[in-house]
Order: sequence, then C-alpha cells, then structure tokens
Amino acid sequence: MLGRLNWQALQHNHIVLVAQISMTLGALGLIGFITYKKRWQWLWREWLTSLDPKKIGVMYVVVALIMLLRGATDAGMMRFQQATDGHFLTSDHFQQIFSAHGTIMIFFVAMGLMFGLINLIMPLQIGARDVAFPFLNSVAFWLFASGMLLVNLSLVLGEFSAAGWLAYPPLSELAYSPGVGVDYWIWALQIAGIGSLLSGINFFVTILRMRRPGMTLMKMPLFTWSVLNSMVLVIFAFPILTATLGMLALDRTLGMHFFTADGGGNSMMYVNLIWAWGHPEVYILILPAFGVFSEVVATFSRKPIFGYTSMVWALAAITFLSFTVWLHHFFTMGGGADVNAFFGIMTMAIAVPTGVKIFNWLFTMYRGRIRFATPMLWFMGFVVTFTIGGMAGVMMAVPAIDFQVHNSLFLVAHFHTMIVGGVVFGFFAGLTYWFPKIFGFRLNERLGRYAFWCWFVGFLLAFLPLYILGLMGATRRLDHYDASLGWQGLFIVAGVGAMVIMAGIGFQILQLIVSIKQRHQNLDTTGDPWDGRTLEWATTSPAPVYNFALTPSVSERDAFWAMKRHKNTEEPAYEDIYLPKNTPMGLFIAGCAFVFGFAIVWHIWWLALVGLLGVITCIIVRISAEHTDYRLSAEKVAELEAGRAP
Amino acid sequence: MSEETAVSERQANETKTIFGFWVYLMTDCVLFASLFATFAVLRNSTYGGPAGNELFSLPFVLIETLVLLTSSFTAGLGILAARSRDKQRVLLFFGLTMLLGIFFLTMEITEFHKLYLEGNSWRRSGFLSAFFTLVGTHGAHITSGLIWMAVMLVKVARSGLTSATVKRLTMLSLFWHFLDIIWIFIFTIVYLMGTAV
Repeated sequence: MLGRLNWQALQHNHIVLVAQISMTLGALGLIGFITYKKRWQWLWREWLTSLDPKKIGVMYVVVALIMLLRGATDAGMMRFQQATDGHFLTSDHFQQIFSAHGTIMIFFVAMGLMFGLINLIMPLQIGARDVAFPFLNSVAFWLFASGMLLVNLSLVLGEFSAAGWLAYPPLSELAYSPGVGVDYWIWALQIAGIGSLLSGINFFVTILRMRRPGMTLMKMPLFTWSVLNSMVLVIFAFPILTATLGMLALDRTLGMHFFTADGGGNSMMYVNLIWAWGHPEVYILILPAFGVFSEVVATFSRKPIFGYTSMVWALAAITFLSFTVWLHHFFTMGGGADVNAFFGIMTMAIAVPTGVKIFNWLFTMYRGRIRFATPMLWFMGFVVTFTIGGMAGVMMAVPAIDFQVHNSLFLVAHFHTMIVGGVVFGFFAGLTYWFPKIFGFRLNERLGRYAFWCWFVGFLLAFLPLYILGLMGATRRLDHYDASLGWQGLFIVAGVGAMVIMAGIGFQILQLIVSIKQRHQNLDTTGDPWDGRTLEWATTSPAPVYNFALTPSVSERDAFWAMKRHKNTEEPAYEDIYLPKNTPMGLFIAGCAFVFGFAIVWHIWWLALVGLLGVITCIIVRISAEHTDYRLSAEKVAELEAGRAP
Repeated sequence: MSEETAVSERQANETKTIFGFWVYLMTDCVLFASLFATFAVLRNSTYGGPAGNELFSLPFVLIETLVLLTSSFTAGLGILAARSRDKQRVLLFFGLTMLLGIFFLTMEITEFHKLYLEGNSWRRSGFLSAFFTLVGTHGAHITSGLIWMAVMLVKVARSGLTSATVKRLTMLSLFWHFLDIIWIFIFTIVYLMGTAV
C-alpha cells in the first residue's frame, strides 16, 4: 500500500532532527502567520494563481533566496567539518550534505534567480505586455517549486542522495545506493528540469516574436540577447537531461542496464550524457549574468556599451562552443590523446569570446562618468574573481595539468569562482539594479555595500585556500583527512571565509528589512531611478499589470535613452488591452507532478498512477477552457494611467 | 483597437503558438537523439543474450511501419478538411488516424509482450534496455498523441471547427508527422541495421 514508506523514514540522527524540526516549525509558523493576518485569499488571488510574469518572477526569486539559505547552511556545515577535522558529521551525512548543496545551489538557487530576473525584466525590455505563453510560464514555475519541495521533503522523510550533485553511476545505481536518496534526486530534477525546458521554449518564442516594432535583433538590449542565447542552450541541453535522468530512473526502478556495472551497462555513457547537458548548463547560468553586467556597466558609466556587435557575437560564439567542450570534465576517462587534445583546445577557445566581453566592459567604463553604486561594486568584484577563475579554467583545459588536479579542491575552487563570482554576483547586481523597477523603491545603499564587501572578502578567504589545498593534493568531498598532511590551517582560513560570507548574507537580509521599513524615503517616483537606457525604465515603477499603456516604438539601440532626448508630446491614444485571467491550473498540474514524483520515489504505484492521471486531466481541462483572457478597456487604461502619471 | 489590427494580432498569436510548438518538437528531437545515441553505444552490449537479428521479425515491423505511414497520410487529409472547415471529413479522417494509431500501438505491445515471454525483457541486457526504452518512448508519444486526438474529436463533434480548434488540430498533425519521422529512423537504425548482420 505504501511501498517502501514506513516509520523508519522519519528516524534520523540529531543534526538532521534539528533541521527537520526547524523546517516543520518554520512551515507551521508561516501558515500560522498567514492565517493570523487573514492573507490566504490575497495570497491565492494575487500570487499563487497569477499569470503575470512580474509576479511569477518575484515568486522565483523568493524561492531561490530561501533555498540560498539552505544551501549556505549546508556549505557552512561542510566548512566546519573540514576546519575542525572533527566528528561533527558522519561520512554518510557529509555525503548527503555535499550532494544537496550542489543540487540546491545550481537547480534551485542559480536557476531560480535566473528565471526570476528573466520574468521580471525581459518582457519589459522588449516592450512586450506579457510572455508568449503566460499559462506555460505558471506551469514552469510550479514545476520548479515542486522539484524544490521534493528535495526538501527528503530531509523529513527518508534521506537525500549521497552520490554527489550529478549522481555518477555505478555508485548511484541500486546496487550501491539502495535507499530513496538518489530517487529523490532524480525526480526533483526531472520535474524541475521539465519546468526549465518549458520556460526555455517560452522565452525563446517571446524574444523572437513579441518585440516592439522597430526593435530589430541588433537593437535588442544585451540582457535580452544573453537571455536569447541562454534559452537556445536550454532548448538544446535540457532534453538530454530529461533522457539521462529517465534512463537512470529506469535502471533503478525497472532493473534496466544502461549504466550498471553488469548486464552490459556503460557508466561512462552517463558521464558523457550528463555533461553534454551539464556544460551548457554552466553557460545557461552565466550568460544572463553577463547580460546583467552589460546593462549595469553601461548605465553606471553613462555610456553606450562598448562594442555592441562584438558583444552579441561573443555571446553567440560562447553558445556554440559550449556544446563542444563537455569532455573536459573527464579527461581522465582515457579518451585518448586526440580526443583530449580536441576538447582541450575547444575549452581554451571559449576564453577568447569571454575575454572580449571583459575587455568591452572595461572599455565601456573608460572615460565614462562612473557612479559606484552597489550594482557596480558587484561588477568590479566579478571582474576580479572571474578573471582568477577563468585563468584557473584555462589551466585545467590542458589535459596534462587536469590529470594532476582532477577531482581536487583546485577544481572545486575553480567552479565556485565562476559560479559565485560570476553567476551569483551577477544576479545580485541585477536584483539591486532592478529592485526599484520591481517594487517601486530602492534598496539601502550603505547596507548593500557592507553586504558586497563581506561577500567579496569572504569569497576570497573561502576559496583561495582551496586552490592551494588542491595543489597540495587535497581531493574534493573529504569528510576526514590525516592531521600530518598539514592542511588544517588553510581549511580554517576557508571556514573563516565562509563565516564572512554568512555575515554578507546577514547584511542582505538586514538590507531588505531596513529598505522595506524606510521605503518612503527611497521611493522611485520617476520610473527611472538610475538614468537608465533601456525600455524597462520607460514605464512606471512598479510597472502596471499591462507593462506599457502605449506600446513604445523603437528606432535606436538604447531605446529609452533616445526617447528621453526626443520628448514625445503627442496626446496618448489608449487602446483596449487583453490580458490572461488568473488560473490555478498551473499549480494543480505541478501538484499532481509532485505526487507522481513522490510516489515513484517510495514505490507507491497506485499513487503514481493517480498523480499521472491528475496531470493529464488538468491539461485536458485547461485546453478545453474558453475565455481565458480578459479585456481592459481603453477608458479604464486611461483612468489607470492618469492615476499613476509621474 | 481597429478591426484590422485585431485580426492581425490574432494571426500573430496563431503563428506564435505554432512556432512555439515547432520549438517544442525540436526539443523532443534532441530527446530522441539522446536515446538513439545510447542505443548506438549499447547495440552490441548483449551480455550473452540475443542480438537484434535473433529477435526481430522484419515483415511484422514492415506492416507496423505501413500502418503508421498510412495514419500520417489520413492525418494530412484531416488537416486539409479542417482548413476547408468540413466537420464530417475531419471526424472521419482523424477517426481513421486514431484507429490506425491504436492498431500500431497494439502491434508494438504484442511485440514487446512476445519478447518478454521469451525471457528477453529489458532486464536481460544493455542492448535490450536501450531497445525497449527507445521504441517504448516512441510508443508513449503515440499514446499521448492518441489521447490528444480523442479529446480533439470530442471537441470537434461538440462545438465544431473554431479557429482555435483548427490551430490545435494543426499542432496535433505536426506532432503525428513528427512521430512518423522518428519511426522511420527507428525502423532503419533499430530494425533494418539490427537484422542486417
């Protein structure tokens, strides 16, 4: 009846118990708070059932930031374990923690922040009123949320994967990981991954089909360009993930032999497939961050971006090349000198377009009138860390060097430099930059600066020692090492760094609270707090539900900058606007998908069938629905506009 | 909004959805490409079990193929009928397509069942895992296409051919033709190349 699920699933050691209880209390507290404030109806009507990308974007960011706290806590525990070389965590628990840390940070923090920012800003930047498929957008978000819920449920019921964030077989096969952990990992990622794929299609079509008249491809803002390239990668890469996870699931649940050690399976095929998705995934995350920096640098230097055309071609080159380098993750496979040389050279080649971008940003600053606001600080930090990490990357692209540092902390330091120093700094810059557009008031600058400096210094303290430790021979994922190796000092430095980063996160939380409290002092009444250049600043802050009352036509690259110079004095002629009605079906579909995933993890077959039928029924109900749009009459728009004119 | 812009906006909306569906089909194509690549790697990993030439019956698969190709043809006729808003012929041709699809699926399940009874299930070897997964994924797509077709038939019978329904029928037929093309590759790579030793 309940498959593998029984009381033992609830039994854990004391550390997990603390997490379990605090999570349950947190959830109960939240439910209690909403009930006390009588906010359920409001939450349902305004947020959970909304198809407005601006609201979906906020929900993505909220989920991602909560997951950032979880991922950072995991990181803190690992740093503590290694700094003390103690017996704080058991080996098995330590393994679950590093697997969860990687999975959560990539899939539920970085991806969440990225899709959040895209939802919030990209439609505004191209002057659109919505995305191409608003309902699909809601489904995608809720699938993302369902995946997130499955990962966190593993903390309460059962266990999480202990096979690393990419679950290499044969370790992740049933023979060596008989528990539910790997199944949780598979289905959380499968469900969230399908959501990402839907988003990829949605944003790709939005950018290609919904730009304002006059905004040709070469007049698009660079953030939109970066999103377009990133979504091309999503479209090509995520189906590979779906197929690969599917095959691992078939191995584990139906006894197939794709990647098993016996039965004719081939585990290196998994490693190839997962990196054929995994390497593009890195660029899926970093390209939008590049896009953010392109906007930030131009705005805060008060100059058009230097070398726009070369920026676009650099993005395209990175997009193409990112599919030709996956093997550098396992030069040690023994593919032979020719294969390794090819992938090594392609990997080094990616540094060229990336270098072009770095230099273009620096040339944009050259002779600009630079304002060192917080987003700009994140950019400056990024240039330093990204250059360090990039050089380490080119080093490891040489197979002979890679053989020495493969799976060492040198590698761990490298990819954290790229992802924290690149992706995370980029998204923080973007969130600070666009915060007034989203909520109508600016974030506190002083606390933002404190947060930045803590993150930056903490980051260098936490990861530079890992480069050295890696060269000293420390491999990744060590829960214990011999004291005679003399590594402890550097591990302690790294631990201190992690604490400084935690202080940075603390300042960010404080910044959010203080900014909300003092929002009346920092209101953005103009819709253009930073003297921006692109269309998102042409509407009020926060943007109305229809984004633009009049759809602006575009004739130049920095469209809003041009508009500000040529004031339009014509009397506005409003027209009727059609917008999608709210619907809970996205939430229902993802809810059924969650039930399906949960049931398969625990082998509760009847419940899996119920979940699957639920998904199908919801889809049929939705496609049979009529009148899914509502009309906002021209008079109503005029009235709304009169009430919000700056 | 003037009548003219309303019409052009509606058309833009329509092409947007169809374009989006094409993009989805391409993602599905990548999914199948991954499965084909896996099959290519594992086709000789029989682990002491039987290889393709000992398992497959080409005449049987040829009939399967012909049935699916015919269903693609009738789906095409159905779309022509939908374009000229001929409800009866739409019901006839998509009904026929559905019957042929069910027939194809039945044949595929028969083949799977036979292999299973002979002790050559997906557990037998890497090769058989790859075979069942690749062909089975195609079968699962056919199944969802059939469910979709049933829903559309009910919708057409009840409320006739609105422009939204014609748009969905167009996407359905794109999906069906796409599955046909995938099957041609399965027929060639799995069956023809598998038996030609």
